Amino acid sequence: MAETLLEITDLTKSFAVRSGFFSNSKLKNIALDRVNLSLSGGETLGLVGESGCGKSTFALTIMRLYEPDDGRIFFAGEDITHLDEKSLKPVRKQMQMVFQDPFASLDLRLTVEQIICEPLEIHNVGTKAERVAEVARLLERVGLSAEDMHRFPGEFSGGQQQRIGIARALVLRPKLLICDELVSALDVSVQAQILNLLRDLQDEFGLSYLFISHNIAITAFMSRRIGVMYLGRLVEIGDSSRIVNTPRHPYTQALLAAIPEPDPSKVNMEIVVKGDIEEIAQRPTGCVFRHRCPIAQEICASEEPQLRIIEENHQTACHFV
Amino acid sequence: MPKSNNLRLLWRRFARNKLAVIALFFIILQIIFTVAAPYIAPYNPYKGDFLATWETPNRLHWLGTDDLGRDVLSRLLYGARISISIGVLSQLAIALVGIPIGAIAGLKGGWFDYVIMRVIDVLSSLPTILFYILLMIALGAGFWNLILAMTLTGWIGIARLVRGQVLSLKKTDFIRASRAMGAGNWYIIKKHILRNVMTPIIVSVALGIPGAMFAEAGLSFLGLGIPAPQASWGQMVGMYQAYIRTAWHLTVFPSILLALTMLAWFLFADGIREALDTNNKFLNC
Repeated sequence: MAETLLEITDLTKSFAVRSGFFSNSKLKNIALDRVNLSLSGGETLGLVGESGCGKSTFALTIMRLYEPDDGRIFFAGEDITHLDEKSLKPVRKQMQMVFQDPFASLDLRLTVEQIICEPLEIHNVGTKAERVAEVARLLERVGLSAEDMHRFPGEFSGGQQQRIGIARALVLRPKLLICDELVSALDVSVQAQILNLLRDLQDEFGLSYLFISHNIAITAFMSRRIGVMYLGRLVEIGDSSRIVNTPRHPYTQALLAAIPEPDPSKVNMEIVVKGDIEEIAQRPTGCVFRHRCPIAQEICASEEPQLRIIEENHQTACHFV
Repeated sequence: MPKSNNLRLLWRRFARNKLAVIALFFIILQIIFTVAAPYIAPYNPYKGDFLATWETPNRLHWLGTDDLGRDVLSRLLYGARISISIGVLSQLAIALVGIPIGAIAGLKGGWFDYVIMRVIDVLSSLPTILFYILLMIALGAGFWNLILAMTLTGWIGIARLVRGQVLSLKKTDFIRASRAMGAGNWYIIKKHILRNVMTPIIVSVALGIPGAMFAEAGLSFLGLGIPAPQASWGQMVGMYQAYIRTAWHLTVFPSILLALTMLAWFLFADGIREALDTNNKFLNC
């Protein structure tokens, strides 16, 4: 097994809830609650969960765009949790991120060339001519043409814009690429093209992916391992095949049951999850999922289940597995 | 390569809007006439000819003469100097004051932002014309006082615009992406913020120019702007409006000129906005 590239221990992040000008409430919205994860070189780790479960916060905290409240982030063995921006700069070169909304993540006032050159400029890599040659090469690699570098991002379709975003993320040759809902804004046929592109690029550039999505089917297609997140807690993690075929946590089962089945003769698992994700500041005691859980018992309110190994490469945080 | 290239591209995109090009041509022509006024004006605008008062347009006085026998065409040419410089200078002063205040308020936030925003709230709750009148009475009529009054009231608009832009830009994904790449504050301001704020600022300034010209005309009309014997378009309209039945040419020509100039600036500003909007696919190529 390749060495560990990213190691997250007990990562916690909360946001203060400001209710009014005069109230000095200490209410906190906990976005990440003691998350532990590790990712080895060349691996793809999927992270799924519904909107508002803390996936994006997780990505931005790892990227050190949010300051974590607690816990540690190790990148290639180095503790980067509290590095200042200056010492962080060489680390940033090795981890890049592609955002959910391709339109919003590109500065519409810059040409494609200027956009892809930006990381090179920041890190002072190469001469002007070398940069242009690199932009041309990468554009062709991600399925656009070198001529496109003189155009503006507004002239491209969503899928093409996302390719530009990928080219920009790759230009520094990072080791880790965090894909936050990379394909959610695209339509299905384009999604498949982008996902296949990512898989090809992984081998070619030796990339590790942290692949964040609300879509468990896409995540399973991309990843070797999947982590399932609910309300900032990691509730289940394991090999993709195990998570998809033998999910043990009731929340994971519900997520899988929500995938539409194209064959009407097959009967879906009848797992009904009621209600929406919990309102802020009403964080349940004990198990975070208990209010919506079909099998919740008294113990779920009093004791918080921890991740337990239930079989090889499969951990679940539930009292009843 | 990029700079001249960008300018050429900008011009090409601007040139697609024929109306805007005509407007720009009109503005340039007007500026040339204004600068060259001493050479091309047929008469001295301040010197009356008592043998030729109240003349309607004729061969000697193309646009007629006023009550003191002063040539209207010459006075319009000289008046353009006042109107155009009030428009341009007041907007420059407003931009110079408003942009930094708005940018700092947006970037820094906190108490500075709070105080600035409350000041803006108070100022914008007063009717502008009332504010002008009070200031002009306090300061006295005159060219520089007019610009001062316009700056004191006008900076709030552009400050609010810039602050809003900076606030929304701060949260965009492309600035986030830039930070994730390791960019510092200065780099982000240079590369992203200035570029993105520029378009609304240019448009706001270009649109503000006809607004200021009109405000000057209004104040001069009320007798609070440019004092006689200097001429400005608004003042000419104001002074002779009582004679519109007997000497129509004294009010009609300055009014037409004022209207055309304002229209030209509006069209020009619109063309600029369109040309700078890089998100508009159809204008590229």
